[in-house]
Amino acid sequence: MRFGFFLRESIRSMRRSAAPSFAALATVLVTMLVLGVFIPIVQATNGAANSVRGRVMVDVYMRTSATAADDARVRGELLRVPHVGSVQFVSKTTALTQQSAQDPQAFQLLSSNPLPDTFHVLPDKPGNVLAIQRALTPGGGMLDPMIQTVSDRQQDTKKILEVTNLVTITAAVLTVLLVLASILLIANTIRLSLYSRRREVEVMKLVGATDWFIRWPFVIEGMIVGSVGALMAIAVLGATKIALLDPLASNWTLIAAPRTIAFSVLVVVLLAAGALVSAVGSGLSLRRFLRV
Amino acid sequence: MIEFRGVSKRYSGGDVGLDDVTFSVERGDFVFLVGATGSGKSTVMRLLIKELEPTAGTIRVAGHDLGEIKRKRIAYYRRNVGVVFQDFKLLPARTVYDNVAYALQVTGGTRREIREKVPDILRLTGLSTKLHNYPDQLSGGEQQRVSIARAFVNHPPLLLADEPTGNLDPETSVDIMRLLYRINRTGTTVLIASHDQAMVDKMRRRVLELAHGRVVRDEATGFYARDETTREFARRLRAPSSRPPGLA
Repeated sequence: MRFGFFLRESIRSMRRSAAPSFAALATVLVTMLVLGVFIPIVQATNGAANSVRGRVMVDVYMRTSATAADDARVRGELLRVPHVGSVQFVSKTTALTQQSAQDPQAFQLLSSNPLPDTFHVLPDKPGNVLAIQRALTPGGGMLDPMIQTVSDRQQDTKKILEVTNLVTITAAVLTVLLVLASILLIANTIRLSLYSRRREVEVMKLVGATDWFIRWPFVIEGMIVGSVGALMAIAVLGATKIALLDPLASNWTLIAAPRTIAFSVLVVVLLAAGALVSAVGSGLSLRRFLRV
Repeated sequence: MIEFRGVSKRYSGGDVGLDDVTFSVERGDFVFLVGATGSGKSTVMRLLIKELEPTAGTIRVAGHDLGEIKRKRIAYYRRNVGVVFQDFKLLPARTVYDNVAYALQVTGGTRREIREKVPDILRLTGLSTKLHNYPDQLSGGEQQRVSIARAFVNHPPLLLADEPTGNLDPETSVDIMRLLYRINRTGTTVLIASHDQAMVDKMRRRVLELAHGRVVRDEATGFYARDETTREFARRLRAPSSRPPGLA
């Protein structure tokens, strides 16, 4: 029965102070809109960066004379090198079928298989790929006499690592800043609307209202304003997604990247964030006025 | 009912609010607190509703040591003290009825209780026709009546009024004083801070005078007509200011 009273109180105060409530609602709407666009973008960026980093590896080519026993020995040796995550073996026959599938005409001209057995050496972490390469070519020689060459893509690898690092860090920093700005912006708007009602709070205290008795209507009001703002943002995002993104997704892979957040999850996240930040913001902003 | 023992209050800026004040007020008393601005009247009031803490000394109200009431319990203590202010302090967004009802809602009053008590108290204060008006549609005297109704709707044993007639004309002031006297006659202890010397003299009630934070006078003004009716009381207040017989 208390809840009914608090709900009526918060609806009454929203009606009376429509302008500040609307300002708070608009603030939540805009921040949630930005957040809703930003979350998938950051995820897509990170996903792209990670998949690029995942492709960083060292290729080890065997001599064409290598036997199956040689391959097994080299495989064992490779696995003992520090920081090696896994080793993939591609036999010369497999390599030939893969290559000829790409360019059948060229390979039809060949009578024999010119391709060597190959190991793809994947590092445990992309950053360690250069260390592995150094370990495979000690002093300019080869780890094993049956190894023909070790791929040398130092420059490319370095660049990839640097760029993807930068992208990930930038995205993280932007996310933190955006979340911080959202919280401050919403809290500030709420504080403004509370400031106009500080006398009311003072009177309530003098009549003998407990802190929580005063606080609940404000918290509920914050929750309502936050949820409505978030819902409106979700509606806008949903319309945009259906009208713009979905038709494009079929021929633009970044948007279709599977690692971005599902829309249903995004809805829940935005709704929870909007309601929670506004409710907690109202409750906390009220603290200073409660000290009578 | 109220007991101040060696109470001092120094504000953080170094100003002295009260300086070693000792007095007591019996249950059912009607007491005036007079003194110039800055003499400490409001400090006494604010100490009594525990808006301020004394620097030294103890204050007891109805047997409770105010210093021992925890922060969380202050709200519950305040429900036993009705407060009336010079500037009314009504909630502007609520009607007369809702302003008074709020004091009951705060204490967990049921709807039925509110429906019974609020019209009663508004009849007592003569506001029955203004139930659905908002405070800004009322005159100053009417607003003060609402504020008194709100302070008294819980029937607190103690009613504090800080300059209740400070913003009102003399005729309206008499009405307000009469209302406070009527409340006093129900057994409620009433403490009024005022600088309206003429009014206080006419009332012929106990007067505590403060100056620079000290009690400089504590006496009944004139003869003590404790049991006069409110009508007699009002007639006497409206009479032209004359020193009561028997006083030089």
